[in-house]
Amino acid sequence: MKFIDEYQDSKLARGLARKIAQRSTKTIRVMEFCGGHTHAILRYGIRQLVPKTVEMKSGPGCPVCVTATADLDKAIALAHLPDVVITTFGDMIRVPGSYSSLQKAKAEGADVRIVYSTIDAVGIAKANPGKSVIFIGIGFETTAPTIAASILKAQQEKIENFHVLSLNKLTPPVMKALLDSGEVKLDGIVCPGHVSVIIGSHPYEFIPRDYGVACVISGFEPLDILLCIDKLVEQIEKGEPKVEIAYSRGVKPEGNRKARQLMEEVFGIGEANWRGIGIVPHSGLKVRGKYERFDADKAFSVSPKPPREPKGCRCGDVIRGAATPLECKLFRKACTPESPVGPCMVSSEGACAAYYQYGTTENLQDF
Amino acid sequence: MCLAVPVRIVSLDGDEAETEIAGVRRRVSIVFTPEAKVGDYVLLHTGYAIGVIDEAEAEETLKLLEEIASLSEVH
Repeated sequence: MKFIDEYQDSKLARGLARKIAQRSTKTIRVMEFCGGHTHAILRYGIRQLVPKTVEMKSGPGCPVCVTATADLDKAIALAHLPDVVITTFGDMIRVPGSYSSLQKAKAEGADVRIVYSTIDAVGIAKANPGKSVIFIGIGFETTAPTIAASILKAQQEKIENFHVLSLNKLTPPVMKALLDSGEVKLDGIVCPGHVSVIIGSHPYEFIPRDYGVACVISGFEPLDILLCIDKLVEQIEKGEPKVEIAYSRGVKPEGNRKARQLMEEVFGIGEANWRGIGIVPHSGLKVRGKYERFDADKAFSVSPKPPREPKGCRCGDVIRGAATPLECKLFRKACTPESPVGPCMVSSEGACAAYYQYGTTENLQDF
Repeated sequence: MCLAVPVRIVSLDGDEAETEIAGVRRRVSIVFTPEAKVGDYVLLHTGYAIGVIDEAEAEETLKLLEEIASLSEVH
C-alpha cells in the first residue's frame, strides 16, 4: 500500500539503526506519547534495533486507557436510562468500570452499539427519533474534530435526539503535567503524528523552551519512528532541543486549520480527569453553551456510586510511564486480553496489550 | 484511536469522497480537507479525511532515508 510499504523496508531500517548507534554517546530516555507508537515500536522490534543508550518509555496516549473510572461509570449509568442508545468506539465497551462495563450493561438489556465513526452515531439518531442517542466522546485532537462535526451535522439536520458525552482530552497540557510532576525524567518526546496533523508543531514549542526536552513528531511506520529517534538523538547529543517534524508527508507546522476551526466552534477548554494522573487543568474539551442541547452532561442526570479502582491494577502507573506492564503483578496472570482488569490491556493502543501481543518470554526483558 | 490510513480519492461528491485502499472502497467525509482532489491521498481517521498527504514531502523523506542508510554503511 502506497505511503505504508515503502516505510517498512528492513534494509533501510538497519541502516538507520546503525546511524543512530554511531551518533548516540549519551544515555538518554525518550517517551513515545502515543499508544499507536507503542504498538508499532513493540511490533517491529524497534527497542531491540536502537542502541542500549536509548531507553524508551510508553506514555499516556491511549484515549481509552486515560478515561477515568468515574467517567466510565457515568457512561454505564447513562446506558441504563430508559430509551437511551449508547454509541461508542469498540474498545470502550470492554473496559471494566467500578461495578460493571458497557458490555455487561448491554448483556443486561441496555442498548449499546459500537460505531466506526461519529457519522454512524448521527445516522442511528436519525433512524431512531424516539430514542436518545448518546455518543461517548473519547479521543485526543485527532478525533475531537470528528465529534465536533457530528454535533454540527446534528444541528444542521435538526437531529435533536443526538448527544455527546465529551470526555475528549488535549495532548500538550498533559505533557506539561507529566513534565511538571518530574516523576519520569525525560530527554526527548516522540510526539504523536496524527494529533499533530490537526494541531501542527507549534503547540509543543514550550517543551524544549521551558523544559529543555527534545520533541520530534513521528509517523507510524518503522522507518518513520527510527527517523524520529535519529533526530531526537541528534538534538540531545548537540544539546539543542527543539521541535522537529519527522512526518512531513502528513504534518504541517500550522496543522489543519479547518479541523481546528470546527473543533473550536463546538468545544471550549476545561479541566479533564485522567486515569492515573488526576485532574489536569485546560486539558479537556467541553461542549460550548451554544450547543448545549447536544451535551449529554446537560441533557441527562445520573449519579453513579463513588468510583473504585481495580485492586492491584497498575494502569495509572503505566499511563504515566512510571511502571512498565511487566512491573504489574497482574500482567499475563490475572489480567489478559480475554479477561482484562484494566483498560491498558483492553485497548488496541494500551501498553499492556502491546506487551502481551508482541512480547515473548525471551524478549520481554528487553522491553 | 488516533489510527489513520492513507487512502486514494477516486471521486468527489460535495463534502464527501469515494476512496480506495487495497481494493476496498469507502465513502468518507472531507469536511476537514476541502482542498482534496481526485487522485490525492488523504489520511482517513474514523470516516473523516483529516489531512492530505504531501507527495513531494513523502519523496523527500524516502530520499533522506536512503541517504542515511547508505552513509551509515560506508563508515
